[in-house]
Amino acid sequence: MTAELVRGQNHPLPGSRVEIRVTADTPVIAGATFNDEHGRMRDAGWIAHPAEPHLPGVEVSRQAAAVHRLAVDLAAVPEDVHRVNIMLALPARTGGPGRFAGLAAPCFAVTGLDGQEIAGYEVTGLSAESAVVALELYPRAGTWKVRAVGQGYAEGLAAMLADQGLSDARGLADTIDEAVAAGMARSVAPPQQPARRPEAVGTESAGAVGAASTGRPRGEQPAASADQPSEPARGGAPVAGGGTRDGAPVAGGGPIDYRHPRRAAATPPAGRQPSPQPPVPTAGPQPIAAPQGGPGQDAGPVAGDAPGWSMEERLHNQVWGMFEDLARTVAAYRSAVDFADTRMERELEGVLGDPRARVSPVADAARAEARAKHGALVEQARTVLERDVSQLEAEAEVVEPALPPALARWDNPVWQAYEPPAERPMSLRVGDLSLAESGGLRIPLLVRLPLERGLWIDSGRPRGSEAGSADQDELRRLAAQTATVLAAHFVAVHPVDQLTLHVIDPAGAAATALLPLVESGALRNPPAAGASGVARTLERLTQRVDLVQMAVRSKATDALPPDLDLADQLLIVHDFPHGFDDRAVNQLRYLADEGPSVGVGLMMVADRDEARGYGPVLDPLWRSLLRLTPVPDDHLADPWVGHAWTYEPPVVPSGSQVLAQVLRRVVAARGSTEA
Amino acid sequence: MTVNLSKGQAISLQKSDGGTLTAVRMGLGWQAAQRRGLFGKRTKEIDLDASAVLFADKQPVDVVFFRHLVSDDGSVKHTGDNLVGGAGQGGDDEAIMVDLQRVPVHIDQIVFTVNSFTGQTFAEVENAFCRLIDETTGQEMARYTLTGGGQYTAQIMAKVHRQGDGWQMTALGDPANGRTFQDLMPAILPKL
Repeated sequence: MTAELVRGQNHPLPGSRVEIRVTADTPVIAGATFNDEHGRMRDAGWIAHPAEPHLPGVEVSRQAAAVHRLAVDLAAVPEDVHRVNIMLALPARTGGPGRFAGLAAPCFAVTGLDGQEIAGYEVTGLSAESAVVALELYPRAGTWKVRAVGQGYAEGLAAMLADQGLSDARGLADTIDEAVAAGMARSVAPPQQPARRPEAVGTESAGAVGAASTGRPRGEQPAASADQPSEPARGGAPVAGGGTRDGAPVAGGGPIDYRHPRRAAATPPAGRQPSPQPPVPTAGPQPIAAPQGGPGQDAGPVAGDAPGWSMEERLHNQVWGMFEDLARTVAAYRSAVDFADTRMERELEGVLGDPRARVSPVADAARAEARAKHGALVEQARTVLERDVSQLEAEAEVVEPALPPALARWDNPVWQAYEPPAERPMSLRVGDLSLAESGGLRIPLLVRLPLERGLWIDSGRPRGSEAGSADQDELRRLAAQTATVLAAHFVAVHPVDQLTLHVIDPAGAAATALLPLVESGALRNPPAAGASGVARTLERLTQRVDLVQMAVRSKATDALPPDLDLADQLLIVHDFPHGFDDRAVNQLRYLADEGPSVGVGLMMVADRDEARGYGPVLDPLWRSLLRLTPVPDDHLADPWVGHAWTYEPPVVPSGSQVLAQVLRRVVAARGSTEA
Repeated sequence: MTVNLSKGQAISLQKSDGGTLTAVRMGLGWQAAQRRGLFGKRTKEIDLDASAVLFADKQPVDVVFFRHLVSDDGSVKHTGDNLVGGAGQGGDDEAIMVDLQRVPVHIDQIVFTVNSFTGQTFAEVENAFCRLIDETTGQEMARYTLTGGGQYTAQIMAKVHRQGDGWQMTALGDPANGRTFQDLMPAILPKL
């Protein structure tokens, strides 16, 4: 099996004769140097380069090329050689690129005589360097080993040779460059030799040229890297940990950087901070890279940067991670501000406590100092908060467009290409959450599917609000609309015919709001009206719950009546408690309690005040439901710190037809499966 | 290498390359009580608890212990309550992780304590120790052997406090008595 080496890693070689294949994006010089036990070249003769391609046991190419094959016979290497370095350099005088930035990472493959690859190494993270010691071969306890080094030099060949103790490094580097330039002139210009291109490659052609010259299949790069053709890493993930970026020396002999070149620094500042390279199984779907995560700069956040088996699960976990991070960073800020406030109060009181000093200049100074201390601490806390929030904002900017329909807002372009899914999603977005401190940042509020608890869209007046009854009708209308938007979302994210909607609208008060569901045909049976409609619908659903529960308990699911709808059910109750008698109320409570375990969800649109007549018997019902509001309201607490978050209901952008379009497609898909 | 700190000794958490320490972990390990095996002979389990108290200007602001595993700001995390102990082979049975970079700006001291929740004194617990580790390198910065520590049920182990831009650790190692960190508060306050 091939060992894919990372920087600093070594691997034993099975024999003394190996071949080293080099693949680069552009013609490069390949060379080899010998080092003594001190890591130095004894003299200028201990190097194999295009002008002087032979050393005992090593032979290199006379020309710069995009592909090299170096034959190495380690048994023929002189006894006093303790290390053979394999290096690459960009030719200085041929008009090619002057540094590795923007080029695909050079690849090394060490193979045996049979062509079997022993070890591979991709020299990632190069930017300003124009020469690099890529591999070293060294004897250890009787056998030879290969180590991935990847030490780059921004000053080029001369610096590299000087680093190995050569006195006339400059002169030798010039000789090599001259020989290469002469060789280039002699030979026909290779077809892959690109026209002189700008150093910062930012065009499509770079990728294409790279593919042509290296022959490396570019198909393995996901589409996301189209935004960043200069991406040297495989897999389209942003590169971190380059020689320059991590502060490792570019020129001059430095220690080997043993960090994984494609992994983030060991201690991200946040508890769960987006790392540039999420730990993903190679077989799994690759995360979608942020467009700004180019090489040479700090890699930005990526969508799907969380654990999980599927992209969907990763995004779900990432959203919850962002939720927790925001909750905690705001907790830190609030705690600091609280502390600053109490400290200032205590100090001011201390000043006031001494009546003699109350009006003296000393007191004024003490007061001013207390205020200054307060200001400084709050300022510090705010800086930290802003840093964290802007980091989360950057993450949200990447995550939001990557969300699948079940987690997307209605203004997300994903709806334009909507197709009914094949599987039920794991969660659904039922709105957005924010805090006063979070600026424009909105965290999606996700609930698991199937619903573990029902939803209650409160059409009553927001608590503590003095708004008159004129607003009441508007609130009712908004609540009914919110219910419809949510119901449409439910239907759209379930596979065809795996969610059946039931609507109870006893007095027809929500008829306008229900129009999109009725007109499109997403709602198959018309809304149940009147007391009899209420009774019938509830009867049917309670019976279904009973039957399924019985069947599950007695493990006789195959004994269920064949006409039973096995799809999940979602019951939407408008105008509660109109049209409800005691029996219906009890059935509703039963459904709220027992329904979730057998796939019957409940969504109530109700004003708690109107059901006051039932007294406290309904309190458990309200408590068991997740309360949502048709207007922004701060009533939801997070599970970690308990901030009061402002909930905003989902809305369809005004004038947008997206909801109707999506529902049409749902119904069309139903038709096609039935046909 | 283990540094066995003597009482009151302070270590700056500056690293040798000038960078400051970014994450520390307090580990607590002890050997579970001997199994008595047969029905009717109940094993007297030993439950030691690690806690961290966060102070701002000598006022306790937050505490991380087995009932509150993560500080509100998320910077201090407890790995969870271990009720019985472990193999006594030197592994941590409870640990508290502190991300010093994320500690809120007003928190200036964090005190680590150990309590015997089930009431055994350290004289009765086998192979008990607590230690403070530089989480970035895995290097142990301080270690206390609790076993044989006398007729005490608690120890105020160490404090990590702000020093300039960075953090400093001071070994306290003060024995005390108490079931949870609350009982230790009177003993902690003079140490701040």
